[in-house]
Amino acid sequence: MEGNPVHRVSAGDAWSSSMHPDIESERHSQSFNVEELTNILDGGAQNTALRRKVESIIHSEPELSLKDNYFMTQNERYEAAIKKKFHILMLAQRLGWSEGSSELQYASRSVSGDLGFAIHHIFQKTIRSLGSEEQIAKWDPLCSKFQILGTYAQTELGHGTYLQGLETEATYDAATQEFVVHSPTMTAIKWWPGDLGRSATHALVQAQLICSGARQGMHAFIVPIRSLDDHSPLPGITIGDIGPKMDFEHTDNGFLKLDHVRIPRENMLNRFAQVLPDGTYVKLGVPKSNYLSMVVVRVDILLGEVLPLLQKACTIAVRYAVIRRQSRLRPSDPEAKVLDYQTQQQKLFPPLAMAYAFHFVANNLLEFFHHSYSFILDGDFALLPELHALSAGLKAMLSDFCTQGVEQCRRACGGHGYSKLSGLPSLLTRVTASCTYEGENTVLYLQTARFLIKSYLNTQKSPGSALKGSLPQSVAYLTAPDLARCPAQTAADFLQPELYTTAWAHVAVRLIKDSVHHLQTLRQAGADEHDAWNQTTVIHVQATKAHLYYVTVKIFTEALEKLESQPAIHQVLKRLSDLYALHGILTNAGDFLHDGFLSGAQIDMARKAYLDLLPFIRKDAILLTDAFDFTDQCLNSALGCYDGHAYERLFQWAQKSPTNTEGNPAYEKYIRPLLQGRRARL
Amino acid sequence: MNPDLQKERAGASFNPELLTNVLDGSPENTRRRREIENLILNDPDFQHENLNFLSRSQRYEVAVKKSAIMVQKMRKFGIADPAEIMWFKKLHLVNFVEPVGLNYSMFIPTLLNQGTTAQQEKWLHSSKGLEIIGTYAQTEMGHGTHLRGLETTATYDPETQEFILNSPTVTSIKWWPGGLGKTSNHAIVLAQLFTQGKCYGLHAFIVPIRELGTHKPLPGITVGDIGPKFGYDEMDNGYLKMDNYRIPRENMLMKHAQVKPDGTYVKPLNNKLTYGTMVFIRSFLVGESARSLSKACTIAVRYSAVRHQSEINPGEPEPQILDYQTQQYKLFPLLATAYAFQFVGAYMKETYLRINEDIGHGDLSELPELHALTAGLKAFTSWTTNTAIEACRMACGGHGYSHCSGLPNIYVTFTPTCTFEGDNTVMMLQTARFLMKSYDQVHSGKLVCGMVSYLNDLPSQRIQPQQVAVWPTMVDINSPDSLTEAYKLRAARLVEIAAKNLQTEVIHRKSKEVAWNLTSIDLVRASEAHCHYVVVKLFTEKVLQIQEKSIQAVLRRLCLLYSLYGISQNAGDFLQGSIMTESQITQVNGRIKELLTAIRPDAVALVDAFDFQDVTLGSVLGRYDGNVYENLFEWAKKSPLNKTEVHESYKHLKSLQSKL
Repeated sequence: MEGNPVHRVSAGDAWSSSMHPDIESERHSQSFNVEELTNILDGGAQNTALRRKVESIIHSEPELSLKDNYFMTQNERYEAAIKKKFHILMLAQRLGWSEGSSELQYASRSVSGDLGFAIHHIFQKTIRSLGSEEQIAKWDPLCSKFQILGTYAQTELGHGTYLQGLETEATYDAATQEFVVHSPTMTAIKWWPGDLGRSATHALVQAQLICSGARQGMHAFIVPIRSLDDHSPLPGITIGDIGPKMDFEHTDNGFLKLDHVRIPRENMLNRFAQVLPDGTYVKLGVPKSNYLSMVVVRVDILLGEVLPLLQKACTIAVRYAVIRRQSRLRPSDPEAKVLDYQTQQQKLFPPLAMAYAFHFVANNLLEFFHHSYSFILDGDFALLPELHALSAGLKAMLSDFCTQGVEQCRRACGGHGYSKLSGLPSLLTRVTASCTYEGENTVLYLQTARFLIKSYLNTQKSPGSALKGSLPQSVAYLTAPDLARCPAQTAADFLQPELYTTAWAHVAVRLIKDSVHHLQTLRQAGADEHDAWNQTTVIHVQATKAHLYYVTVKIFTEALEKLESQPAIHQVLKRLSDLYALHGILTNAGDFLHDGFLSGAQIDMARKAYLDLLPFIRKDAILLTDAFDFTDQCLNSALGCYDGHAYERLFQWAQKSPTNTEGNPAYEKYIRPLLQGRRARL
Repeated sequence: MNPDLQKERAGASFNPELLTNVLDGSPENTRRRREIENLILNDPDFQHENLNFLSRSQRYEVAVKKSAIMVQKMRKFGIADPAEIMWFKKLHLVNFVEPVGLNYSMFIPTLLNQGTTAQQEKWLHSSKGLEIIGTYAQTEMGHGTHLRGLETTATYDPETQEFILNSPTVTSIKWWPGGLGKTSNHAIVLAQLFTQGKCYGLHAFIVPIRELGTHKPLPGITVGDIGPKFGYDEMDNGYLKMDNYRIPRENMLMKHAQVKPDGTYVKPLNNKLTYGTMVFIRSFLVGESARSLSKACTIAVRYSAVRHQSEINPGEPEPQILDYQTQQYKLFPLLATAYAFQFVGAYMKETYLRINEDIGHGDLSELPELHALTAGLKAFTSWTTNTAIEACRMACGGHGYSHCSGLPNIYVTFTPTCTFEGDNTVMMLQTARFLMKSYDQVHSGKLVCGMVSYLNDLPSQRIQPQQVAVWPTMVDINSPDSLTEAYKLRAARLVEIAAKNLQTEVIHRKSKEVAWNLTSIDLVRASEAHCHYVVVKLFTEKVLQIQEKSIQAVLRRLCLLYSLYGISQNAGDFLQGSIMTESQITQVNGRIKELLTAIRPDAVALVDAFDFQDVTLGSVLGRYDGNVYENLFEWAKKSPLNKTEVHESYKHLKSLQSKL
């Protein structure tokens, strides 16, 4: 199926037959083939075709429409999400879409993931990675057939990212061969797990294992929580929804209080550790293996959840910026498109460049994950530290930047960006959650920092030895030869990927060295290891951010090298790569000036190169967002529709708001009595 | 009381009550504010269910109810002074959002400023008594900050002596006015006036929109609510479309311009005074930034003292997260910013009142600078606050995402400040226009005064007779005065760069407007640097005025932190301009960390001094007593999803299981 407008525009709207001239003119002359870029993003033309096929099936089902989402209460959103999930599963059964298939992923994308039971799949995946073969054989089919509904219960009211701090206990009772799972305090109540509040029948509970009187740390236990007959909470279980949130209203994040709940010994997941019937504890893997399910989720959410939110926000904001006209650039001209204002380009193009950069970054991480995961499941943990560090750091960085980018896009739409009908508030409230879920970002940056410091110290231990060659690939640059000064002499020099990648490497290495130096100085001055660490965490975070920026610049430029056979696309993406790298340099200019690596004159050159890129990106901006190929239904935005008829949609949609269709009880009760005075006098 | 908070409060180096008095302006102000707040807190008429559990339409209803009883309550309590009215509203409305609000803040003032005596006689009494409810309809769907672009027309018909109002296009539909959707029955509409075949630009008209008695839209009027928004659930922001809708000639506000019965247009006398309203609102918004950020800091700091997480030293109990350097680094610069903006807000208010008095005496000389300064500071403080509230929310981890934290609500209520009353980018460019003008003035040999007087000292101003200071000066990073100098140099440098780039573009492009657009990023940077300097300067000056030693000491630390943090975040500007050396930047970064440690023991007392009632914060995490977890659990149990033990959507699950 071709990427023609008919595919993208919502059917049934009166305007879909015509294009707004202001957006049509943007698509008039194309400096590159948009369809080819879409294929690259999809990973091949056949994927694009399949995705569009799935999307058109999904969009033809009225039950799966997102249109009324903005008008719904929390209760209605929750019920609608369950209904949709149900409907998609029925479709999948009818059309033979298998579990984990591309079709189901595309289906989820086209309804913006607004589906119930999302954590059910994490429950299932965790059993697959932490469960023994027998356990998988027992539980996996039940999950697949939805005979049970699972949730993953880790965080507690008083405890989050720090696993060891969790208070929930699972004490082994050898007499009955059962675990007694218990919430000993108020702060131990499980809090936040999705699908827990109203849906799940089983929870995978992370708890401190106590057997033969010894504490063995965190382990995962399958705990039945609701009756399979009537869905009521089981004895000893107190359970409910945690109340209204910024978003994720379709998900019933819940609380769970366990009062000495007994489960059989077999319900502890035991691929990497087990408790024998007599209470003997046996370790079968490294302690890190417990983190594995977190790594899986962090990698998954980048492509499945976080990045599309930024791409959608860019699409909406850029399209609206060519429809919206405001003031004049010259007194004699008509009002100008706001995208023609330099300040508007400055707001929108860096997020657009990130939306592309992160596409390649997240895919690169996914490949690395698949590569290392197969080793790990076979018990070879050599790649786990790097995988853990990279996935933690990139999750933190991408979620931070995507959140800032979405908010920037929202605010760039002025007043209308505040209306939910723009779609932007929901994108923001959704993406911003990713900064704290699945590991709070500061904690994650610091996990990466520990890996960086360890790697750096390794390079110091045995200078010149073979060890250097064995540095993990993402930190191999720590031993690469380094320039003291940047060789750039003109603004054009700053458009060389080699030059700006090297500049980022230089700053990252300097900051990592610097943070190690601070740490060691404090230690030598007598501070104890842990206080010294705490007193240097701000610079560790700073160094880690520079490292991650370097990693993303490098991945983006390397990905572009592979596209040299498509010169038109290569050219347009290279401008984004240049903009991405330079934007980072200019916002962190102090770090580059600090040791004189860049001179003041060079910063001015970089700024000139950056400003000169904006008008080039300007003329491709609409095409670059078209290439993300979101349908109007999926964007669910009055401002961002493909045909550009933003104002008509906004007006028509607003009139359907319940505030306009359901009467005004406040009038009868309060406004009329207020106005009575006048009538009495008339 | 939570023992952690108790310990924090006992360990503070100063008495927060004294600092509260400084923020309020005097102990007497503090006393009276609390008195008014208590009237509301103890009044059963103002009690209602937690807004977080209500639907949008229920929240609107609560807000209308409160508006309705408010007028009589204020009369009963004898509250008439504008500042007291604000204290009153701030507490009882929590978010300061009221559907009837525009009747008082826009409809009546516009009537007073632009209506003739006869018009005031006709409308003022009934609108003050809420016998009619008015709103102010300016922005249109396709047009915002750029007023001249508005499309609504008012065409005079001399035969019937009426104006015919029309919304000729979709983009001309009035969009966003508060209280327009459901509440108001009159609107002051801004429209392009046409008479005798000619357009005379924007004028204001009083337009009845709903029938008295039935509240139904009048024939020719299409009116409604614009639908769900990010926040402001309580407010019925509305749309208004007019089709050949006729109003009598007398409904045009004619204090300044007039249309005679025969259609002759009489021009207004020069009226620069409408500036006044904008300046007032924008300077008020600077104070709003301070208040919103102070609330967010209060919640985040208290919660960080209650929350324990991970370990610094193995084997020891989990520390308060406020003991982590990264957490201090997230929050304390924001706390310092909140104080900085509190003082800037107070300064803006005083300056406005002073200059307003001058204007009353016919002296308009300070108005251009005040106008430029309020525009820039409105943008600078609201952008900073917008980001800072989000940072406070994220510093509370997952619980910050729950509405129980109160932070999402503070954010969504505050964030429109960046776009309303003048979009921030446009505001920054207005300030830049003033800076460029001042620069040109200095360049042509005339001295400038006020906040921009530093431009007189630019090294490039060779015409200056006196010896200019050597550039760079030696910055003392422990002296707020010296840091103010550093900010001044940065501002001067960035203003000069923007001015020179602008000149270069003008030479190349031959069109001033195009050149302006191609320099606008530099111009915004210059304005930001100017505003940053003003904030540092005002904060520094305020600290020196404080008599009480313990208060001065703690504020001095915050002032230093604010200044040094800004340098650290913008190190490139200070290095590139040779204002500071690399080793000084390293010292700045080191000093910031020392200040974090020094401020740590006073953090809770510093937020206590903002003196917000729990009701105003609307936060379980930010409770004064710190009993967070128990109340979080209680709060959640009241959630609508918990009304039944087994949710009705269980039926979908059942049917799913039977079909797979």
